[in-house]
Amino acid sequence: MSTTTTASTKEVKWWGGGKSPFNVEYGKVMMWYFLMSDAFTFGAFLIAYGTVRFSTNGWPNPNEVFKSYPFASEGVNAPLVFVSIMTFILIISSVTMVLAVHAGKMMDKKGVVRNMILTIIGGIAFLSCQAWEWNHLHHEGAWWGMNPFLNADGTQSSTNFTNFFFTITGFHGFHVFSGVVINIIMLIMTLLDKFEQRGHYLMIEKAGLYWHFVDLVWVFVFTCFYLL
Amino acid sequence: MSNHDTHDHAEHHGDPIAEIKKVTIILSVLTIIELILGFWMIGITGESMRLAIKGVIVILMMAKAFYIVAYFMHLKHELKNLIMTIVVPLLLFVWFITAFLSDGGSYKNLRNNYDPHFKAQSTIKVEKKEHGEAAEGEHEAKEGEKEAKPAETK
Repeated sequence: MSTTTTASTKEVKWWGGGKSPFNVEYGKVMMWYFLMSDAFTFGAFLIAYGTVRFSTNGWPNPNEVFKSYPFASEGVNAPLVFVSIMTFILIISSVTMVLAVHAGKMMDKKGVVRNMILTIIGGIAFLSCQAWEWNHLHHEGAWWGMNPFLNADGTQSSTNFTNFFFTITGFHGFHVFSGVVINIIMLIMTLLDKFEQRGHYLMIEKAGLYWHFVDLVWVFVFTCFYLL
Repeated sequence: MSNHDTHDHAEHHGDPIAEIKKVTIILSVLTIIELILGFWMIGITGESMRLAIKGVIVILMMAKAFYIVAYFMHLKHELKNLIMTIVVPLLLFVWFITAFLSDGGSYKNLRNNYDPHFKAQSTIKVEKKEHGEAAEGEHEAKEGEKEAKPAETK
């Protein structure tokens, strides 16, 4: 009854029953809800960082802290260079992920495999960059509870800077790592023809949502720690 | 719900590959502008000018977030029901950010006004040194700083 009335009226009554109000599958809605809760977790971390920074008189200058890159000589001064490479790696891997999702919609297995491999390479490249940076900072004496960098105005800094930096980039890096693991599982499932048998590549879309979220969080982390 | 439904609504908008290309270019350009502003800010010392540039960077950051969520995560092409379910709760961030950052600022002002020790600690300059302790100068200041350090790290 209700289906016939909704079909006859011009406007679709999404909440009138007999229809899926979001018109997406269950797993995708749940992925969105998970990402929302994750957004609040990251938001809480970043806002805590902002609050502490706002309540302190001095803060280290990111351009002095993050000024090196791999294979650079000792006294190199190249702020923002390395982190911009990291940012572009993540953006490009996000693009290849969209292309994989698109190939999945077209039921193009080859395209999915190629773009998933590129996405995984991008993720691993980003993790390697982060590993190098953490290692480099650790060699300079920075770690949780240790801050060798002075405030921008030359006064003594607290350990808040390094604590927040390592906690938040670490939490983000852990998300990238889980994203790479999920993407590898998706790649294996594609290669085993699991999605061909199901008749759709919707799992790739869900993995894609997670991967884009990781990129989205990096946009905020990158801005808050390196630019501001 | 059948899978048939979820497949079809994606076909309503134009060429997806062209859209992906467009958004990639927009994201790259926004990032490059952010980086240019970041480099430019290194040489600027004026506090109000720095604040203005930071404001622009935050706006660019929000624009990037919009493009990623709307196009890469495909939210713009979903039903309005789903968009509202996700975007409306995120509005809590507006109050979340306003309340906490102003609280942080207020705490700083209170401490600067009523805690002379805190105020004094945060104006003592530490001489820049390559490694190890500096040999001489400002004994008073260094003494005070060393005493304050363990308390601060706790």
